[in-house]
Amino acid sequence: MTDTPAIAIAEPVEALRRAQQGKSYWKRVWERLRRDKVTLAMAAILIALLTMVIFAPWFTAHDPYQGSVLRRLKPIGFPGHWLGTDEVGRDLWSRMVYGGRLSLLAGVMPVFLALLVGGFLGILAGYAGGLVNSAIMRLADVLYAFPSILLAIAITGILGAGLKNTILALTIAFVPPLVRISEAVTTQARHLDFVEAARASGAGTMRILQYHILSNVLGPTLVYATSLISIGIILAAGLSFLGLGVTPPNAEWGLMLNNLRQALWVDPVICALPGVMIFITSMCFNLLSDGLRQAMDVRL
Amino acid sequence: MWAYIVRRLLYAVPILLGVSMLVFALIHLAPGDVVDLLVPPEVPKEIADSLRARFALDQAVYIQYFAWLGRLLVGDLGISFFTNRPVADELFSALGNTLMLALPAALLGFSLGVVLGALAAFNRGTWLDKAFSATAITGVSLPHYWVGIVLVAIFSVILNVLPAQGMGGSGFPTSWEQARHLILPVVTLSLIPMGVISRLVRANVLEILSHEFVGTLHAKGLLSRRVLYHVMKNAAPSALALMGLQFGYLLGGSILVETVFNWPGSGGLMNLAIFRRDVPVLSATILVLATIFVVINILVDVLQALIDARMRR
Repeated sequence: MTDTPAIAIAEPVEALRRAQQGKSYWKRVWERLRRDKVTLAMAAILIALLTMVIFAPWFTAHDPYQGSVLRRLKPIGFPGHWLGTDEVGRDLWSRMVYGGRLSLLAGVMPVFLALLVGGFLGILAGYAGGLVNSAIMRLADVLYAFPSILLAIAITGILGAGLKNTILALTIAFVPPLVRISEAVTTQARHLDFVEAARASGAGTMRILQYHILSNVLGPTLVYATSLISIGIILAAGLSFLGLGVTPPNAEWGLMLNNLRQALWVDPVICALPGVMIFITSMCFNLLSDGLRQAMDVRL
Repeated sequence: MWAYIVRRLLYAVPILLGVSMLVFALIHLAPGDVVDLLVPPEVPKEIADSLRARFALDQAVYIQYFAWLGRLLVGDLGISFFTNRPVADELFSALGNTLMLALPAALLGFSLGVVLGALAAFNRGTWLDKAFSATAITGVSLPHYWVGIVLVAIFSVILNVLPAQGMGGSGFPTSWEQARHLILPVVTLSLIPMGVISRLVRANVLEILSHEFVGTLHAKGLLSRRVLYHVMKNAAPSALALMGLQFGYLLGGSILVETVFNWPGSGGLMNLAIFRRDVPVLSATILVLATIFVVINILVDVLQALIDARMRR
């Protein structure tokens, strides 16, 4: 647990050679991404999913909250409800599309917040060193002593269910690894010759942070953060599945899975459907993160 | 080596203190105090206050913390609000049940992961590599609680060959009838470790194969079996570290799969404690699981140091 992740910063010679090719780092990353068919396909699926979820009313014919006692648990292909209906007769397709709103929000938002908080604390710890570093890193170590699922469940379990607490819990669970990575890279970059040279030539702290530290920290932390999104989606839905996340009657994939579980012996196919959405989304984010890691040439 | 172990153990002390403070703080951040949970609102204030005095809730927060910590250190985890039994009794029998799932799941997941990852790396670029890599990424992308539901749907509801719920008895399974209950949850739990480990092993082995010493080993005329040994030995430390983490996640994250299968383990206990607002059980479970996680990490670090002397910093 005392180990800091070994992250390689490209050799200056190598960086120079690349710079002499006349293309910026980000331009080359984009070129590599453009050639990566799998990553592009995943991005396309996610964009399609996002469009569908945001403009949900255009893609659905039924109100996701309107149930009917007469139409409970209709099978796939039932006239008017092509994916069938749930345990209180609500259209399953509508609920799956609308459900993406909360599932994606609760899965992605914590990663974004943790990236901001963890990145800031990590850079602060790495750049300031000394006591500030010890204080921040020991705090991260304490949070690290919990498996992230356990920490998230402990926080929502004690503070209560709901979207806000879910996002808070997952953010806290995701901060420690991001602090560690950004701290490790910052500490490493701070002692590089060109940073020393910049300091010697009179560059201010903010300027060094902006040009030298941030540009080095951004790659690894961003790649790591994207790999957390899939875990975020699975855990956020998992919390709702336990009844600790989003509260009924909201449409959310994990919560739907939980509610439909009672009907498992009536129609097993219908009951498993919401999980397909969680799986597809997390798979896409995983493959996207893999592609990004390769394109950005980051080793974590 | 001993110096390293002692240093590693000493380092765990402040971490565990921090963990206990965090758990304590969380419980005190919860809306309302314990007495509000225990007694109905129409109970006279004097009685509620006398209860507060009995639980030392009228004392300063730091005094309450040290009193709680002192009890923890002598192994007193408190009394359950709900069952009125000592928390330690309930927790340790539940932990045993969780281990009954986690150990076989870890064994299955880790061994499959190592084999798939190594085979993929040694056959880089072939269809075998692609198939194994696809299996691995599916393993890490699947929400395991959903896999549990799907497995129940297939093997219990549709085929009716395996039990869907519970342990089918208590204690260590002695009959096939009871052991059958293990199959679905163990398979479900093994998926994530399988995927995670196989991805790491594949990347590690590829890394090592690109080093010059592997060519030297071949040039020295070493049998490929011996080369494999050297490669795997170099890949082992980081794989071990990840296995430790994953085993911790199996224990800490057992709540999801245990809920699906109604398994009376530590996760199931935690779930009950949350919905019954049984604070002593909840805090003890979180604390004990986190402590186990810390201990596993120490063991892994020591094991790593045994394999690779460079780790003994």
